[in-house]
Amino acid sequence: MIREFAAIDVYYLLLAARWTLALTALAFVGGGLFGIVVALMRVSPFLPLRALGATYVNVVQGIPLLGWLFVFFFGLPILAGVQVSSWVAATVAFSFYAGAFLGEIWRGCLQAIPRQQWEAGAALGLGFGEQLRHVIVPQAVRVAIPPTVGFLVQLIKNTSLGAVIGFVELTREGQLTNAATYRPFTVYIAVAAIYFAMCFPLTQLSRRLERRLRVAR
Amino acid sequence: MSLVELKGVVKRFGTNTVLDDVSLKVEPGEIIAVIGRSGSGKSTMLRCINGLEPVQGGSVVVDGETVSAPGADLRALRQRVGIVFQSYNLFPHLSVEKNITLAPRVVKGMEPGAARDLALGVLRRVGLAEKIDAYPDQLSGGQQQRVAIARSLAMQPKLMLFDEITSALDPELTGEVLKVLEQVAAEGMTMILVTHEMGFARRVATRVVFMHEGRIWEEGGARDVLEKPRTPELSTFLDAVLH
Repeated sequence: MIREFAAIDVYYLLLAARWTLALTALAFVGGGLFGIVVALMRVSPFLPLRALGATYVNVVQGIPLLGWLFVFFFGLPILAGVQVSSWVAATVAFSFYAGAFLGEIWRGCLQAIPRQQWEAGAALGLGFGEQLRHVIVPQAVRVAIPPTVGFLVQLIKNTSLGAVIGFVELTREGQLTNAATYRPFTVYIAVAAIYFAMCFPLTQLSRRLERRLRVAR
Repeated sequence: MSLVELKGVVKRFGTNTVLDDVSLKVEPGEIIAVIGRSGSGKSTMLRCINGLEPVQGGSVVVDGETVSAPGADLRALRQRVGIVFQSYNLFPHLSVEKNITLAPRVVKGMEPGAARDLALGVLRRVGLAEKIDAYPDQLSGGQQQRVAIARSLAMQPKLMLFDEITSALDPELTGEVLKVLEQVAAEGMTMILVTHEMGFARRVATRVVFMHEGRIWEEGGARDVLEKPRTPELSTFLDAVLH
Protein backbone atom coordinates (compact mmCIF):
# COMPACT_ATOMS: atom_id res chain seq x y z
CA MET A 1 0.00 0.00 0.00
CA ILE A 2 1.40 3.36 -0.94
CA ARG A 3 0.96 6.16 1.56
CA GLU A 4 1.77 9.87 1.48
CA PHE A 5 5.14 11.30 2.42
CA ALA A 6 4.38 13.04 5.71
CA ALA A 7 5.99 14.79 8.64
CA ILE A 8 6.39 11.46 10.40
CA ASP A 9 8.70 10.32 7.58
CA VAL A 10 10.93 13.32 8.09
CA TYR A 11 11.00 12.40 11.76
CA TYR A 12 12.05 8.83 10.90
CA LEU A 13 14.72 10.15 8.58
CA LEU A 14 16.08 12.33 11.38
CA LEU A 15 16.10 9.33 13.71
CA ALA A 16 18.04 7.38 11.09
CA ALA A 17 20.49 10.27 10.77
CA ARG A 18 21.51 9.49 14.35
CA TRP A 19 22.89 6.18 13.10
CA THR A 20 24.75 7.98 10.35
CA LEU A 21 26.35 10.15 13.02
CA ALA A 22 26.97 7.20 15.33
CA LEU A 23 28.68 5.21 12.58
CA THR A 24 30.71 8.28 11.61
CA ALA A 25 31.79 8.77 15.22
CA LEU A 26 32.79 5.12 15.65
CA ALA A 27 34.66 5.09 12.34
CA PHE A 28 36.38 8.35 13.20
CA VAL A 29 37.57 7.05 16.55
CA GLY A 30 38.59 3.67 15.14
CA GLY A 31 40.12 5.27 12.07
CA GLY A 32 41.87 7.82 14.26
CA LEU A 33 43.54 5.05 16.25
CA PHE A 34 44.59 3.20 13.08
CA GLY A 35 45.62 6.52 11.57
CA ILE A 36 47.92 7.49 14.45
CA VAL A 37 49.63 4.12 14.28
CA VAL A 38 49.97 4.30 10.48
CA ALA A 39 51.28 7.89 10.51
CA LEU A 40 53.89 7.04 13.15
CA MET A 41 54.92 3.91 11.26
CA ARG A 42 55.32 5.95 8.10
CA VAL A 43 57.71 8.46 9.73
CA SER A 44 59.58 5.93 11.88
CA PRO A 45 63.31 5.47 11.34
CA PHE A 46 62.78 1.71 10.85
CA LEU A 47 62.32 0.62 7.26
CA PRO A 48 60.16 -2.49 8.02
CA LEU A 49 57.66 -0.33 9.93
CA ARG A 50 57.57 2.25 7.15
CA ALA A 51 57.02 -0.49 4.56
CA LEU A 52 54.25 -2.11 6.60
CA GLY A 53 52.48 1.23 7.02
CA ALA A 54 52.78 1.97 3.31
CA THR A 55 51.42 -1.46 2.39
CA TYR A 56 48.37 -0.99 4.60
CA VAL A 57 47.66 2.39 3.03
CA ASN A 58 48.14 1.11 -0.52
CA VAL A 59 45.94 -1.93 -0.03
CA VAL A 60 43.12 -0.01 1.64
CA GLN A 61 43.22 2.89 -0.80
CA GLY A 62 43.48 0.59 -3.83
CA ILE A 63 40.18 -1.17 -3.16
CA PRO A 64 36.79 0.58 -3.15
CA LEU A 65 35.15 1.18 0.18
CA LEU A 66 32.20 -0.86 -1.04
CA GLY A 67 34.60 -3.77 -1.48
CA TRP A 68 35.76 -3.51 2.11
CA LEU A 69 32.18 -3.49 3.35
CA PHE A 70 31.55 -6.73 1.44
CA VAL A 71 34.82 -8.23 2.68
CA PHE A 72 33.90 -7.70 6.31
CA PHE A 73 30.20 -8.45 6.02
CA PHE A 74 30.21 -11.45 3.67
CA GLY A 75 33.86 -12.43 3.87
CA LEU A 76 34.31 -12.83 7.60
CA PRO A 77 31.62 -15.52 7.98
CA ILE A 78 33.23 -17.48 5.14
CA LEU A 79 36.88 -16.94 6.04
CA ALA A 80 36.73 -16.91 9.82
CA GLY A 81 33.40 -18.57 10.37
CA VAL A 82 32.10 -15.68 12.46
CA GLN A 83 28.75 -14.14 11.70
CA VAL A 84 28.95 -10.37 12.08
CA SER A 85 26.14 -7.87 12.30
CA SER A 86 26.00 -5.01 9.82
CA TRP A 87 26.95 -2.74 12.74
CA VAL A 88 30.18 -4.57 13.40
CA ALA A 89 31.03 -5.02 9.73
CA ALA A 90 30.37 -1.36 8.97
CA THR A 91 32.30 -0.09 11.98
CA VAL A 92 35.33 -2.25 11.21
CA ALA A 93 35.29 -1.53 7.47
CA PHE A 94 34.92 2.22 7.94
CA SER A 95 37.60 2.32 10.64
CA PHE A 96 39.90 0.39 8.36
CA TYR A 97 39.22 2.77 5.53
CA ALA A 98 39.42 5.95 7.62
CA GLY A 99 42.66 4.73 9.21
CA ALA A 100 44.40 4.64 5.85
CA PHE A 101 43.25 8.10 4.83
CA LEU A 102 43.79 9.76 8.22
CA GLY A 103 47.17 8.05 8.43
CA GLU A 104 48.17 9.58 5.11
CA ILE A 105 46.84 13.02 6.07
CA TRP A 106 48.68 12.96 9.37
CA ARG A 107 51.87 11.57 7.87
CA GLY A 108 51.85 14.53 5.50
CA CYS A 109 51.37 16.91 8.42
CA LEU A 110 54.24 15.34 10.38
CA GLN A 111 56.47 15.55 7.34
CA ALA A 112 55.48 19.16 6.74
CA ILE A 113 57.49 20.10 9.83
CA PRO A 114 61.04 20.92 8.71
CA ARG A 115 63.70 18.25 9.26
CA GLN A 116 65.72 20.82 11.23
CA GLN A 117 63.12 20.75 13.98
CA TRP A 118 63.78 17.03 14.52
CA GLU A 119 67.46 17.76 14.42
CA ALA A 120 67.25 20.59 16.93
CA GLY A 121 65.45 18.21 19.29
CA ALA A 122 68.00 15.45 18.72
CA ALA A 123 70.87 17.88 19.29
CA LEU A 124 69.43 18.67 22.73
CA GLY A 125 69.43 14.99 23.65
CA LEU A 126 65.73 14.26 23.05
CA GLY A 127 64.97 10.74 21.85
CA PHE A 128 62.78 9.96 18.80
CA GLY A 129 59.60 9.72 20.88
CA GLU A 130 60.38 12.91 22.79
CA GLN A 131 61.11 14.80 19.58
CA LEU A 132 57.75 13.64 18.25
CA ARG A 133 55.82 14.44 21.38
CA HIS A 134 57.32 17.79 22.34
CA VAL A 135 58.49 19.25 19.05
CA ILE A 136 56.86 17.70 15.99
CA VAL A 137 53.31 16.72 16.98
CA PRO A 138 52.37 20.07 18.61
CA GLN A 139 53.33 21.82 15.38
CA ALA A 140 51.80 19.18 13.11
CA VAL A 141 48.43 19.30 14.91
CA ARG A 142 47.90 22.88 13.77
CA VAL A 143 48.48 21.84 10.20
CA ALA A 144 46.34 18.72 10.58
CA ILE A 145 43.07 20.15 11.88
CA PRO A 146 41.61 21.58 8.66
CA PRO A 147 42.23 18.50 6.45
CA THR A 148 41.07 16.22 9.25
CA VAL A 149 37.75 18.05 9.54
CA GLY A 150 37.55 17.93 5.77
CA PHE A 151 37.94 14.16 5.84
CA LEU A 152 35.27 13.91 8.53
CA VAL A 153 32.82 15.47 6.07
CA GLN A 154 33.77 12.82 3.49
CA LEU A 155 33.26 10.16 6.11
CA ILE A 156 29.73 11.32 6.95
CA LYS A 157 28.74 11.10 3.32
CA ASN A 158 30.51 7.79 2.75
CA THR A 159 28.62 6.09 5.60
CA SER A 160 25.71 6.02 3.14
CA LEU A 161 27.45 3.01 1.58
CA GLY A 162 26.61 1.14 4.77
CA ALA A 163 23.12 0.86 3.29
CA VAL A 164 24.29 -1.92 0.94
CA ILE A 165 24.96 -4.30 3.80
CA GLY A 166 21.64 -3.45 5.42
CA PHE A 167 22.93 -0.94 7.93
CA VAL A 168 19.95 1.33 8.50
CA GLU A 169 21.28 4.86 8.45
CA LEU A 170 19.99 7.93 6.66
CA THR A 171 20.30 6.66 3.08
CA ARG A 172 18.86 3.21 3.86
CA GLU A 173 15.96 4.83 5.71
CA GLY A 174 15.42 6.99 2.65
CA GLN A 175 15.24 3.88 0.47
CA LEU A 176 12.70 2.34 2.86
CA THR A 177 10.62 5.51 2.97
CA ASN A 178 10.65 5.70 -0.80
CA ALA A 179 9.49 2.10 -1.03
CA ALA A 180 6.50 2.96 1.14
CA THR A 181 5.57 6.35 -0.35
CA TYR A 182 6.91 6.13 -3.87
CA ARG A 183 7.94 9.76 -3.77
CA PRO A 184 11.62 9.38 -4.70
CA PHE A 185 12.26 13.03 -5.49
CA THR A 186 10.77 14.37 -2.27
CA VAL A 187 12.33 11.65 -0.15
CA TYR A 188 15.83 11.99 -1.53
CA ILE A 189 15.69 15.78 -1.40
CA ALA A 190 14.87 15.43 2.29
CA VAL A 191 17.75 12.96 2.71
CA ALA A 192 20.12 15.28 0.88
CA ALA A 193 19.02 18.24 3.00
CA ILE A 194 19.78 16.33 6.18
CA TYR A 195 23.25 15.34 4.91
CA PHE A 196 23.84 18.96 4.00
CA ALA A 197 22.75 20.13 7.45
CA MET A 198 25.33 17.78 8.99
CA CYS A 199 28.19 18.54 6.63
CA PHE A 200 27.88 22.26 6.01
CA PRO A 201 28.67 23.41 9.56
CA LEU A 202 31.77 21.20 9.52
CA THR A 203 32.96 22.61 6.20
CA GLN A 204 32.52 26.09 7.62
CA LEU A 205 34.36 25.12 10.78
CA SER A 206 37.20 23.69 8.71
CA ARG A 207 37.50 26.94 6.74
CA ARG A 208 37.46 29.03 9.88
CA LEU A 209 40.10 26.88 11.55
CA GLU A 210 42.25 27.09 8.47
CA ARG A 211 42.05 30.88 8.50
CA ARG A 212 42.71 31.12 12.20
CA LEU A 213 45.61 28.67 12.22
CA ARG A 214 47.24 30.41 9.30
CA VAL A 215 47.67 33.60 11.32
CA ALA A 216 48.48 31.81 14.57
CA ARG A 217 52.02 30.85 15.43
CA MET B 1 92.94 13.55 27.43
CA SER B 2 91.61 15.41 24.42
CA LEU B 3 87.99 16.46 24.60
CA VAL B 4 87.49 15.68 20.92
CA GLU B 5 89.51 13.27 18.85
CA LEU B 6 88.79 12.58 15.20
CA LYS B 7 90.94 9.87 13.65
CA GLY B 8 90.92 9.23 9.91
CA VAL B 9 87.24 10.13 9.61
CA VAL B 10 85.61 9.34 6.28
CA LYS B 11 82.11 10.52 5.45
CA ARG B 12 80.33 9.81 2.19
CA PHE B 13 76.97 10.87 0.87
CA GLY B 14 76.38 8.15 -1.72
CA THR B 15 79.47 8.12 -3.90
CA ASN B 16 80.41 11.67 -2.91
CA THR B 17 83.22 11.73 -0.33
CA VAL B 18 82.64 14.73 1.89
CA LEU B 19 85.23 14.02 4.57
CA ASP B 20 88.39 12.28 3.48
CA ASP B 21 90.66 11.05 6.27
CA VAL B 22 90.07 13.91 8.69
CA SER B 23 91.98 13.87 11.96
CA LEU B 24 91.70 16.56 14.62
CA LYS B 25 92.32 16.81 18.34
CA VAL B 26 90.71 19.47 20.51
CA GLU B 27 91.86 20.07 24.09
CA PRO B 28 89.56 21.45 26.81
CA GLY B 29 89.37 25.25 26.65
CA GLU B 30 90.42 25.52 23.02
CA ILE B 31 88.51 27.65 20.57
CA ILE B 32 88.79 26.25 17.08
CA ALA B 33 87.67 28.23 14.05
CA VAL B 34 87.01 26.06 11.02
CA ILE B 35 87.20 27.94 7.73
CA GLY B 36 86.96 26.96 4.08
CA ARG B 37 84.73 27.44 1.09
CA SER B 38 81.25 25.95 1.05
CA GLY B 39 81.27 22.26 0.26
CA SER B 40 84.67 21.74 1.86
CA GLY B 41 83.17 19.56 4.60
CA LYS B 42 83.27 22.03 7.52
CA SER B 43 79.68 21.66 8.61
CA THR B 44 79.70 17.92 8.01
CA MET B 45 82.70 17.55 10.30
CA LEU B 46 80.89 19.48 13.00
CA ARG B 47 77.78 17.32 12.60
CA CYS B 48 79.86 14.14 12.87
CA ILE B 49 81.18 15.30 16.24
CA ASN B 50 77.78 15.10 17.93
CA GLY B 51 76.58 12.14 15.92
CA LEU B 52 74.05 13.96 13.73
CA GLU B 53 75.86 12.36 10.78
CA PRO B 54 77.11 8.77 10.98
CA VAL B 55 80.62 8.26 9.60
CA GLN B 56 81.75 5.57 7.18
CA GLY B 57 85.32 5.28 8.39
CA GLY B 58 87.68 6.28 11.18
CA SER B 59 86.62 7.14 14.70
CA VAL B 60 85.09 10.05 16.54
CA VAL B 61 85.70 10.17 20.29
CA VAL B 62 84.15 12.97 22.35
CA ASP B 63 84.69 13.23 26.09
CA GLY B 64 85.58 9.54 26.29
CA GLU B 65 82.49 8.43 24.33
CA THR B 66 83.10 6.79 20.95
CA VAL B 67 80.45 8.58 18.91
CA SER B 68 81.21 6.56 15.80
CA ALA B 69 80.66 3.17 17.48
CA PRO B 70 77.35 1.44 16.80
CA GLY B 71 75.10 1.80 19.82
CA ALA B 72 76.91 4.87 21.14
CA ASP B 73 74.94 6.70 23.82
CA LEU B 74 74.16 9.77 21.74
CA ARG B 75 71.57 10.97 24.21
CA ALA B 76 74.15 11.21 26.98
CA LEU B 77 76.70 12.69 24.60
CA ARG B 78 74.38 15.45 23.43
CA GLN B 79 73.84 16.62 26.97
CA ARG B 80 77.55 17.41 27.01
CA VAL B 81 77.89 18.72 23.47
CA GLY B 82 75.72 21.64 22.37
CA ILE B 83 75.23 22.71 18.77
CA VAL B 84 73.87 25.96 17.38
CA PHE B 85 72.69 26.00 13.78
CA GLN B 86 72.79 28.56 11.01
CA SER B 87 68.98 28.69 10.85
CA TYR B 88 68.53 28.95 14.67
CA ASN B 89 65.96 26.10 14.66
CA LEU B 90 64.06 27.42 17.65
CA PHE B 91 60.76 25.66 18.32
CA PRO B 92 58.18 28.12 16.93
CA HIS B 93 55.30 26.82 19.05
CA LEU B 94 57.12 27.35 22.34
CA SER B 95 57.98 30.53 24.25
CA VAL B 96 61.62 31.45 24.77
CA GLU B 97 61.43 29.98 28.27
CA LYS B 98 59.97 26.68 27.03
CA ASN B 99 62.49 26.51 24.18
CA ILE B 100 65.27 26.70 26.72
CA THR B 101 63.76 24.49 29.41
CA LEU B 102 62.34 21.70 27.22
CA ALA B 103 65.48 19.57 27.21
CA PRO B 104 66.44 20.23 30.86
CA ARG B 105 62.92 19.22 31.90
CA VAL B 106 62.48 16.25 29.57
CA VAL B 107 66.01 14.90 29.43
CA LYS B 108 67.27 15.84 32.88
CA GLY B 109 63.95 15.81 34.74
CA MET B 110 64.32 19.33 36.11
CA GLU B 111 61.44 20.91 38.09
CA PRO B 112 59.57 23.71 36.22
CA GLY B 113 60.48 26.32 38.86
CA ALA B 114 64.17 25.51 38.78
CA ALA B 115 64.01 25.35 35.00
CA ARG B 116 62.65 28.90 34.77
CA ASP B 117 65.50 30.13 36.95
CA LEU B 118 67.91 28.30 34.70
CA ALA B 119 66.32 29.93 31.63
CA LEU B 120 66.59 33.34 33.22
CA GLY B 121 70.23 32.72 34.04
CA VAL B 122 71.26 31.72 30.51
CA LEU B 123 69.16 34.50 28.99
CA ARG B 124 71.06 37.02 31.11
CA ARG B 125 74.28 35.67 29.68
CA VAL B 126 73.05 36.42 26.17
CA GLY B 127 71.44 39.72 27.26
CA LEU B 128 67.82 38.73 26.61
CA ALA B 129 66.33 38.17 30.07
CA GLU B 130 63.41 40.47 29.24
CA LYS B 131 62.38 38.20 26.32
CA ILE B 132 61.75 35.12 28.46
CA ASP B 133 58.02 35.04 27.65
CA ALA B 134 58.28 36.09 24.00
CA TYR B 135 57.76 33.71 21.08
CA PRO B 136 60.46 33.16 18.45
CA ASP B 137 58.55 35.01 15.72
CA GLN B 138 58.50 38.14 17.91
CA LEU B 139 62.30 38.27 17.91
CA SER B 140 64.81 39.51 15.35
CA GLY B 141 67.16 37.02 13.72
CA GLY B 142 69.99 38.07 15.98
CA GLN B 143 67.84 37.68 19.08
CA GLN B 144 66.62 34.27 17.91
CA GLN B 145 70.19 33.14 17.45
CA ARG B 146 71.10 34.39 20.92
CA VAL B 147 68.16 32.42 22.35
CA ALA B 148 69.44 29.37 20.47
CA ILE B 149 72.83 29.88 22.12
CA ALA B 150 71.12 30.23 25.51
CA ARG B 151 69.14 27.04 24.85
CA SER B 152 72.36 25.21 24.21
CA LEU B 153 74.07 26.73 27.24
CA ALA B 154 71.21 25.58 29.46
CA MET B 155 72.36 21.99 29.05
CA GLN B 156 75.69 23.04 30.60
CA PRO B 157 77.71 21.44 27.84
CA LYS B 158 81.44 20.82 27.97
CA LEU B 159 81.77 21.56 24.29
CA MET B 160 79.82 23.81 21.98
CA LEU B 161 79.63 23.55 18.21
CA PHE B 162 78.60 26.56 16.14
CA ASP B 163 77.63 25.95 12.53
CA GLU B 164 77.92 29.24 10.61
CA ILE B 165 75.64 30.84 13.12
CA THR B 166 75.90 34.37 11.72
CA SER B 167 75.58 33.45 8.03
CA ALA B 168 71.82 33.97 7.91
CA LEU B 169 71.97 37.33 9.69
CA ASP B 170 72.10 40.88 8.39
CA PRO B 171 75.50 42.47 8.98
CA GLU B 172 74.16 44.75 11.70
CA LEU B 173 72.81 41.75 13.61
CA THR B 174 76.00 39.73 13.28
CA GLY B 175 77.83 41.90 15.81
CA GLU B 176 75.46 41.19 18.70
CA VAL B 177 75.76 37.43 18.15
CA LEU B 178 79.56 37.53 17.88
CA LYS B 179 79.69 39.53 21.11
CA VAL B 180 77.77 36.79 22.89
CA LEU B 181 80.09 34.18 21.39
CA GLU B 182 83.12 36.08 22.54
CA GLN B 183 81.73 36.24 26.04
CA VAL B 184 80.98 32.49 26.10
CA ALA B 185 84.54 31.93 24.92
CA ALA B 186 85.86 34.19 27.70
CA GLU B 187 84.02 32.02 30.25
CA GLY B 188 86.30 29.14 29.24
CA MET B 189 83.94 27.10 27.05
CA THR B 190 85.55 24.72 24.56
CA MET B 191 84.20 25.74 21.18
CA ILE B 192 84.43 24.64 17.58
CA LEU B 193 83.06 27.24 15.18
CA VAL B 194 82.50 26.97 11.48
CA THR B 195 82.65 30.58 10.42
CA HIS B 196 83.19 33.04 7.61
CA GLU B 197 84.02 35.84 10.06
CA MET B 198 87.78 36.02 9.62
CA GLY B 199 88.20 39.00 11.95
CA PHE B 200 86.39 37.10 14.66
CA ALA B 201 88.45 33.97 14.03
CA ARG B 202 91.68 35.91 14.33
CA ARG B 203 90.58 37.69 17.52
CA VAL B 204 88.97 34.84 19.42
CA ALA B 205 90.18 31.50 18.10
CA THR B 206 93.14 29.74 19.64
CA ARG B 207 93.51 27.66 16.50
CA VAL B 208 92.30 27.90 12.93
CA VAL B 209 91.59 24.87 10.76
CA PHE B 210 91.33 25.37 7.00
CA MET B 211 89.37 22.69 5.17
CA HIS B 212 89.56 22.04 1.48
CA GLU B 213 87.98 19.23 -0.55
CA GLY B 214 87.03 17.25 2.54
CA ARG B 215 90.48 17.38 4.14
CA ILE B 216 92.12 19.46 6.78
CA TRP B 217 94.44 21.38 4.50
CA GLU B 218 96.18 23.64 7.02
CA GLU B 219 95.90 24.22 10.73
CA GLY B 220 97.74 26.14 13.38
CA GLY B 221 97.62 29.25 15.53
CA ALA B 222 95.04 31.76 14.32
CA ARG B 223 97.54 34.43 13.36
CA ASP B 224 99.92 32.04 11.63
CA VAL B 225 97.27 30.41 9.50
CA LEU B 226 95.49 33.62 8.54
CA GLU B 227 98.58 35.74 7.93
CA LYS B 228 101.09 33.24 6.56
CA PRO B 229 99.20 30.73 4.44
CA ARG B 230 101.49 27.91 3.34
CA THR B 231 99.36 26.53 0.52
CA PRO B 232 98.04 28.26 -2.59
CA GLU B 233 94.54 26.95 -1.75
CA LEU B 234 94.45 28.87 1.53
CA SER B 235 95.95 32.00 -0.08
CA THR B 236 93.28 31.93 -2.75
CA PHE B 237 90.56 31.39 -0.17
CA LEU B 238 91.78 34.21 2.06
CA ASP B 239 92.10 36.55 -0.90
CA ALA B 240 88.53 35.77 -1.85
CA VAL B 241 87.01 36.31 1.60
CA LEU B 242 89.11 39.27 2.67
CA HIS B 243 88.43 41.37 -0.41
